[in-house]
Amino acid sequence: MKKRLSMLSLLATACVSAASMFSLTGCGGNASGENGEVIVYNWGEYLDPETLEMFEEETGIKVVYDEFETNEIMFPKVEAGATEYDVICPSDYMIQKLIDNDLLAELNFDNIPNARANIGSQYWEQSKEFDPENKYSVPYCWGTVGILYNKTMVNEPVDSWSILWDEAYADNILMQDSVRDAFMVGLKLNGYSMNSTDAAELETAKNFLIEQKPLVQAYVVDQVRDKMIGNEAAIGVIYSGEAIYTQRENPDLEYVIPKEGTNVWIDSWVVTKNAPNKENAEKFINFMCRPDIALMNFEFITYSTPNDAARELIEEDDIRNSPIAFPDLSQYSGLETFRYLGEDADQLYNDLWKEVKSK
Amino acid sequence: MKDKKDIRVQKIMNKKLTGQLLSAPYLLWSLIFILVPLGMVFYYGLTDKTGIFTIENVTAIMSAEHAKALWLSIGLSLVSTFICFLLAYPLAMILANMNVNQHSFIVLIFILPMWMNFLLRTLAWQTLLEKTGVINIILQFFHLPALNIINTPAAIILGMVYNFLPFMVLPIYNSLVKIDPNVVNAARDLGANVIQTFFKIIFPLTVPGVISGITMVFVPALTTFVISKLLGGSKILLIGNVIEEEFTQAGNWHLGSGLSIVLMVFIIFNMIISAVFDKNGEGNML
Repeated sequence: MKKRLSMLSLLATACVSAASMFSLTGCGGNASGENGEVIVYNWGEYLDPETLEMFEEETGIKVVYDEFETNEIMFPKVEAGATEYDVICPSDYMIQKLIDNDLLAELNFDNIPNARANIGSQYWEQSKEFDPENKYSVPYCWGTVGILYNKTMVNEPVDSWSILWDEAYADNILMQDSVRDAFMVGLKLNGYSMNSTDAAELETAKNFLIEQKPLVQAYVVDQVRDKMIGNEAAIGVIYSGEAIYTQRENPDLEYVIPKEGTNVWIDSWVVTKNAPNKENAEKFINFMCRPDIALMNFEFITYSTPNDAARELIEEDDIRNSPIAFPDLSQYSGLETFRYLGEDADQLYNDLWKEVKSK
Repeated sequence: MKDKKDIRVQKIMNKKLTGQLLSAPYLLWSLIFILVPLGMVFYYGLTDKTGIFTIENVTAIMSAEHAKALWLSIGLSLVSTFICFLLAYPLAMILANMNVNQHSFIVLIFILPMWMNFLLRTLAWQTLLEKTGVINIILQFFHLPALNIINTPAAIILGMVYNFLPFMVLPIYNSLVKIDPNVVNAARDLGANVIQTFFKIIFPLTVPGVISGITMVFVPALTTFVISKLLGGSKILLIGNVIEEEFTQAGNWHLGSGLSIVLMVFIIFNMIISAVFDKNGEGNML
């Protein structure tokens, strides 16, 4: 679940997608490589661009690359089919929604030998939450959601979501500006499932979030990283993949997984049902699962890789065994993965979130 | 004679035809990019998910959250528009009173920042206003109290005024330079003092410019969602944010479109006022 698309790259994306529109419609023949093309739709800044060049060079397949900021923005574009993407990289619950809407193609794993060979069995197991037979998706990145805090501003030990309700940190707290992530915090704090559809439980979580609002400095998505690095806030809710990067930039920052439990997420490669270049798509996924490529991507984006062979290749011990990038999940309780809850529940969540935001 | 007349008619007809042909690309453009999207907004706004006609999406504006967001938007836009007016009028007068060579240069300087992307300039304000931002570092250096307006309505108003000020200055400036200096001289000849000249001659002559400035500031301020997102920390929900989130997050295009229709009513109302004043204004000017 990648959240590193800054406004600047948003602009760049707009330019790129405009350009790719031209290359799609304008001169199909000339634009594609000698072995055709593959159209990839990924999170912003979610792979090392050099790997795309390597892929093009090795296979002769041209990559048309497009980026999205949230799962929710991605879904209607894929559903409408305005652009025929081949490969997408959504998160767990969104993959389930895509499967439910019959928008994904079953993968032919004979064409993706690197996937079964290199990706750890526990990630395939976890993927069964949203892809019960492991037919549609190949794990690309995973991680947790936790609290990033600044040791110079927070003197007490941090181990619970409840610190986000501590008035001592008023105007120093950054919350996630997306409905499921925000409610995850509210639900977990009260010991409920983050996939709850129980109206009373959600009402409780909503009231907690409303109570918290005066203490929150801002609701942000990708800016948590920059604001925490710049000492703008003391505590932020953040994706584990960002934690390593922020710590490199600002050594005062520390990441914890709260004791009440949290979201363990997976972003996986999938191929769309109507993919015009399905074979190229599978070649692309296979390439991304190659240990050296997975390693390049891990080092570039610092999001945990499920590719065990790539993890073995990491040179620095402290990164290879980092409790942030590769936590031993058996130590924690209350870990869950988001599930798609259906349209009615989505509606309920959105209505409650709007109440929080308008308070 | 008759032949000549026929030829003349023919010529006029030809001219008309060429005109129509030349305007065809524009008409096509308007059709595809203005009328069709507008039609789609109305289609989505007036139907529910199953495609059945409903006005629920429009009446949804009455719900507590939406109404609050709308009133907040109107309030902040009005304040911003008023501040823009207070700043823009003296500025436009200074620009208009400069001699020709200088003023084109100064107008250029004034418009120059508008060539930079609006999003970038708003992001820059975020960096300036932050707790550890540029302004506070400077204030701290002089041991002055910190400025804490980021993520408050004040920061949003600042962002609106900053971004939309040129849209107020330019129409006022245009109507000021159109005033014949002899009109002002005549007023002075007849014994009016500076203040009287301003209120009885200059200001009434610039009302059309002021009204179009107000429209050009009020409308984008009313519909903005970027400024409130970047400078309000997403804590302050304006009607633009509600609509944006219906499209991008909640995926409810019907509700988003329905609320857009409500907003359109406000904008059209504003434009009617502007059109009425502008017509009178043109009459006065002649």
